[in-house]
Amino acid sequence: MRHRATLLTVVTALLATTAFLAVDRAADRAADRERPHTGQPAIQRGELDLRRPGRLVFRSLAWGPQRDRLATVPLTAPGGPRTAAPRDCLRFHAAAGTGICLRKKSGVIPGHEAVLLDARGRAVRHFPVPGIPTRARVSPSGRLVAWTVFVSGDSYAGGAFSTRTAVYDTRTGTLHDTLEDFTVLVNGRRHQAVDHNFWGVTFAADDNTYYATLGTGGRTYLVRGDLARRSLTTVRENAECPSLSPDGTRIAFKKRIRPQGADAPWRLYVLDLRSGRETPLAERASVDDQALWLDGRTLLYALPGDFGADLWSVPANGGGHPRKEVASAVSPAVTGPVSASAPAGTAASRGSTAR
Amino acid sequence: MYLSSSRAADSIDTGSIKTGSVDTGRGNAIGRNVVALGLVSMVTDVSSEMVTAVLPLYLVVGLGVSPLAFGLLDGVYQGVTALVRLVGAHTADRTRRRKPVAGVGYALSAACKLGLLAVTTPWGIGVVLAADRTGKGLRTAPRDALISLSAGPEAQGRAFGVHRTLDTAGALFGPLAAFAVLWAARDGYEAVFQVSFCCAAFGVLLLALYVREPAAQSPHVDPARRPGAVLTLRTLARTRGVPRLGLAAALLGAATIGDAFLYLVLQRQLALDARWFPLLPVGTAAAFLLLALPIGRLADRVGRIRVLLAGHGALLAAYLLLLLTNVVSPLPLAIALFVLLGAFYAATDGVLAAAAAPLLPPALRASGLALVQTGQAAARFAAAALFGLVWTLTGPTTALTAAVTALTMAVCASLWLLRPGKKG
Repeated sequence: MRHRATLLTVVTALLATTAFLAVDRAADRAADRERPHTGQPAIQRGELDLRRPGRLVFRSLAWGPQRDRLATVPLTAPGGPRTAAPRDCLRFHAAAGTGICLRKKSGVIPGHEAVLLDARGRAVRHFPVPGIPTRARVSPSGRLVAWTVFVSGDSYAGGAFSTRTAVYDTRTGTLHDTLEDFTVLVNGRRHQAVDHNFWGVTFAADDNTYYATLGTGGRTYLVRGDLARRSLTTVRENAECPSLSPDGTRIAFKKRIRPQGADAPWRLYVLDLRSGRETPLAERASVDDQALWLDGRTLLYALPGDFGADLWSVPANGGGHPRKEVASAVSPAVTGPVSASAPAGTAASRGSTAR
Repeated sequence: MYLSSSRAADSIDTGSIKTGSVDTGRGNAIGRNVVALGLVSMVTDVSSEMVTAVLPLYLVVGLGVSPLAFGLLDGVYQGVTALVRLVGAHTADRTRRRKPVAGVGYALSAACKLGLLAVTTPWGIGVVLAADRTGKGLRTAPRDALISLSAGPEAQGRAFGVHRTLDTAGALFGPLAAFAVLWAARDGYEAVFQVSFCCAAFGVLLLALYVREPAAQSPHVDPARRPGAVLTLRTLARTRGVPRLGLAAALLGAATIGDAFLYLVLQRQLALDARWFPLLPVGTAAAFLLLALPIGRLADRVGRIRVLLAGHGALLAAYLLLLLTNVVSPLPLAIALFVLLGAFYAATDGVLAAAAAPLLPPALRASGLALVQTGQAAARFAAAALFGLVWTLTGPTTALTAAVTALTMAVCASLWLLRPGKKG
């Protein structure tokens, strides 16, 4: 086998070159995303003020040096030029001058952290998180914050994902590392399982009540939690990523309408907590996001877009049409001294791209 | 040795071979074949672990989908893998071409790395991953048969120890390689898949160039005497020691609850910061890496069955450690758990194959290994599901106590099943 060594050398060199070129090209593409491109929203650098009323703040996905930074636009002109602050986040939410930013830590091995932000966007406290950020929420008063990350390789079935949700009280400094430590009542009975997963917390105005999603045994439940009693009670089945309306009477959520494994499995719904009635919203696309109440009548949510995701709005009463509000953006929040104080119908009534 | 290896194949005649070992005269060349197979597994594991390490990031950050939207790898996949493993083994035995069958498995998995570049939906990724698992299922038994046929009956433990050491080294290095690519190219998941493909292709190249089909078998096999599936099963059922070892492996597997549960208990007991959770399997893998070869060699000296059972003793010790320990400082407890679990894998994974191989006639070696390993894997899967249920109904402490009882009974039953001098 004299040719064996030659063959090995030639093919190995070929494979090594291919691998090198692949990484090199990917590095070029990554550098390309750092350069501004035409047709993208204008971005200027500026300060962040989470207390200043009337602005929408989000993670800007537009290519250029400000990519992944927190950017703000006036609620009256969400499609217009943005102001970006030097703060990178993958997921973000803010209310009443408190911000929670889930971000990637620098280093060779990817790690993530949750950063509590003050009204100026300065880091107040860092929390290590055990997975990939997916949801972030601040209570309307700005006192409680919650975040959810995906953890992989944590399931006995192997290869499946689980979630980890933490709640932090900024006033007492108490960190509830994982909701899995809380008592769970399913249909009124205490429920223990190794496959409890929680995600997508939304807080009520009393800074004690909250809603979230519980996944167990292949089902999902909307659960209502009591933070002081460290307990969670199921409210109804098949309701994920809840978002409580500013008046606390309705919950926007995503409902699975197609089975596991199917594409486009979710639809956006609003649940009336008093009557228990569900209303499907006018958005026909599958929504995989925790919607934001822009005001008492309008919801804002992300859909896949050319540069990752765009923000769309839809009326919360089931009528109207979805409108694209902000291109290349994700993880929105409304700024202001008290949460969700935006004048009714601002963005939605003058949205740019109707479908 | 509890089980006689030299007479194992005497009672049957399915092909042309009557001895349990092959070609022990060429020690050096044979060692090279085992090392070549180990290197193939190593680069293949680098390739597959690169993908595994970035897949969650790719799904969530790259594609922006919720991984909870689809059960990635569930029981269905496990079942398919088991079935494919048996088919691959039988084909390899029937054609006497273990290397090409293993090669097809490696090549299929390599192609799947390119397939990942072509799909963007969770459903599509699920299909590609299933194909990848099919490739893994196909190659496992023919590869283990090649390893066992490339070493003498006295060196089986060492051969599998060498292979599992290299294999685990690849699995530990893979994630580092993937993160190096992502560090060089931010969000460059496609580049990770491309580099992963190049590694997998390199593995196929090494297999093609440096792994030899063991030459001991008669090259001319009468096609009429090639063992069919029924004859294979009947012969294996009558092969001395095989049914009892298979039964013991399944029994022991049925009392094994899965590492994730143990990590979960450890995490709860120590109130361990959740960010350490993904690192716990790395600790076990590192211990496995260090112990695989020494324990494999020990098994050759003191007896593979003895080591196999002692390995389950280590697992029992791990259960008891978690059950009985009041919280001490976290680090010693975690390290003790890693060492016990690493020793368990080192004393069972390769050693089970090393214990089974000499019992099996070379003509049925892949099938026999596949049956024993699949029986064990199926039992483990069922045990994990059952344990999850017990946990749900009664809580972790009761569930772990039940596991201790079950494992103790399984070890006792296996001691009886595999006792020295047992006939038939």
